[in-house]
Amino acid sequence: MFRIGFVFVMLLCGILALSADQACAAGSTIKIGMIAEMTGSFSDFGFNIVNGAKAYMKEHGDTVAGKKIELIVKDVGGPSPEVAKRLAQELIVKDKVDFIAGFGFTPNALAVAPIITEAKMPTVIMNAATSIITTKSPYFVRVSMTLPQTTEPMAQWAHKNGYRKIYTLVADYGPGHDSEAAFKKAFTKLGGQVVGESRVPLKNPEFGPYVQRIKDSKPQAVFVFLPAGEMPVAFMKSYNERGLAKAGIKLLTTGDVMNDNVQDALGDHALGVISTHHYSVDHKSPENKAFLAAFAKIEPQRPNYMAVGGYDGMAAIYNVIKQLKGVIDGDKAMAAFKGMKLNSPRGPVLIDPATRDAIENIYVREVKKIGSHYYNVEFETFKAVKDPGK
Amino acid sequence: MSDNLAKASRHVSFLRGRERWKSAEIAFWLTLVGVYFVFPSSLVFASQILITGLFALSLDMILGYAGIVTLGHAAFFGIGAYTAGLMAAHGWHDPFLGLLVAGVTAGIAGYLCSFLLSKGGDLTRLMITLGIGLLLYEVVNSATKYTGGVDGLQGVEIGKLFGVFGFDLYGKTAYIYVLIISFLLFVFTRSMMNSPYGLALRSIRENQTRALAIGIPISACLTNIYSIAAVIAGIAGALLTQTTQFVGIDVLSFQRSADLLLILIIGGTATMYGGFVGAVVFLLAQNWLSNLNPQYWQFFLGILLIVMTLYLRGGILGGFSRLVNLFRHWRNKEHS
Repeated sequence: MFRIGFVFVMLLCGILALSADQACAAGSTIKIGMIAEMTGSFSDFGFNIVNGAKAYMKEHGDTVAGKKIELIVKDVGGPSPEVAKRLAQELIVKDKVDFIAGFGFTPNALAVAPIITEAKMPTVIMNAATSIITTKSPYFVRVSMTLPQTTEPMAQWAHKNGYRKIYTLVADYGPGHDSEAAFKKAFTKLGGQVVGESRVPLKNPEFGPYVQRIKDSKPQAVFVFLPAGEMPVAFMKSYNERGLAKAGIKLLTTGDVMNDNVQDALGDHALGVISTHHYSVDHKSPENKAFLAAFAKIEPQRPNYMAVGGYDGMAAIYNVIKQLKGVIDGDKAMAAFKGMKLNSPRGPVLIDPATRDAIENIYVREVKKIGSHYYNVEFETFKAVKDPGK
Repeated sequence: MSDNLAKASRHVSFLRGRERWKSAEIAFWLTLVGVYFVFPSSLVFASQILITGLFALSLDMILGYAGIVTLGHAAFFGIGAYTAGLMAAHGWHDPFLGLLVAGVTAGIAGYLCSFLLSKGGDLTRLMITLGIGLLLYEVVNSATKYTGGVDGLQGVEIGKLFGVFGFDLYGKTAYIYVLIISFLLFVFTRSMMNSPYGLALRSIRENQTRALAIGIPISACLTNIYSIAAVIAGIAGALLTQTTQFVGIDVLSFQRSADLLLILIIGGTATMYGGFVGAVVFLLAQNWLSNLNPQYWQFFLGILLIVMTLYLRGGILGGFSRLVNLFRHWRNKEHS
């Protein structure tokens, strides 16, 4: 029996040794740890965020202020806070990173708040969109957007264009509830009326009955928020099958639903859909052109707003490294982030010094066919929108 | 008469022998203590492995020993995690009190659920446990106001252990805390499984009709073990909450129940250590592979799992004991 014990101990030590990373002496490198969703049903999040960041590095070189930039990508595998927290801890303690970045999902970001505060680790949120995140640690900075930030302009645009009776349909989870509340608040404040509200489950929803209910209550338009991914595609299918467009019910959404990634998959179904968001691949600016060219060198697939989050997050980090001349200190880095201006592919972005959230333009877009592809074409701009959720 | 006595003493020594701590077991726990000194920068990971191991031990009690199949064991883990989290978020910061209440709450839930399980066969049980798991997940998801829904429960503040040892960035306190609690629960489970009660459970697993015939109260036994397993799962969940200071809705996810089953099967069922060994191997393999390639690592993990289940029947510990038997057999031959 003792022999088994011995073998077992040896084996355990062996496996543990494999997993223990060799901590190499840094000095001429600056390490950026990325925690992203690389596998599972949300691998699209990590794919875009990480490749967006890589695109920036490809375009601007991997040396800043005499230091080499090293990207360490860790897979969190979906919304799993305890894994995110462990990865952040390992990045700080073992890999000795100078920045942490990434985060597609809110719980992953929230879970790391206590340890980044303790370690004074500047952490760049590249997607997670719940308003409260940046209030949970003074070391969070967000370069993407919050959901109320893109929802409110939709309500304002709808009211301005004569819509008074609107039905809302959201996914039944935290961000969905937020979006529903933000829309209702902004829309009723202006004098509009929400004639019905539906919440659909996140998993394998059958949209048919919901869409029928919308049709029967005869609103002028329906406002929809669903997380980017498969849900919008399924929804659009039902929307067309039940003939809502023909019944004159206009579809208004946030940009998550009209995600650039799925435009071509939606095809003609989505033509004419109005959405509000901070980024469209079709945005016309030299910065966006440069971004798309850089991204195409990394991946042939069309990027989306999360890729821009990754790209801008890296831009912000590069700026900070330049300002601090390559010597990274948590508090100084955060001071450098505050008030930073970025010429982003989406347009001008200002990091609000008070909330560390992005102040940016929100665009109203319509889906159009250009050549053989489908794009969200921007036609109206809400300038310098702040997050109304705080 | 003396014949009877000899027989009785043989039985007694059999039972005593089972209860004696073997050197391999002592080595196992000493290794875990050693981890604290050898890998000071991996302690957060090590404590998560231990928590998963403890959770797998609780599944082993009902699946390995009592033969109740379940796909919803994460329900009790989640109940424990949320109880401890909600307590800490509402002013009760003491970790031990949190553990206790979490364990009791999960235990009560387990007790109530056990009545649903005493009826029906394996398939029914699979469906019922799966249903309970999904139900709880949706309840927590819709009660956003109290649980934070998918955003997770925030504001979980855990007080210092005995008012002295705070939970630190390196996870030192957390590891020692988890190790001690796991060891205590393990000792408790071990002595229970080696008692006549443990034997009764195994006889139920092997043949219900015969077990009934020799006077074992089957449904009472199953209710007991299911509740106790729920208590341990609840405590494991509370430990996770307290060491990460956050509760995500994924503590209740189906994935967690499914992974747990895999872990136990990899490690070996009804071996006491199967859960811990499975957790070590599964989580380390996951960590190692995902560091090698963060995008496609699940492919390799899949292959590893298929190979293991095909060629390591009885799990890793099963494989080990077969190897040892082979070795003994070969040595005995040499001697004779």
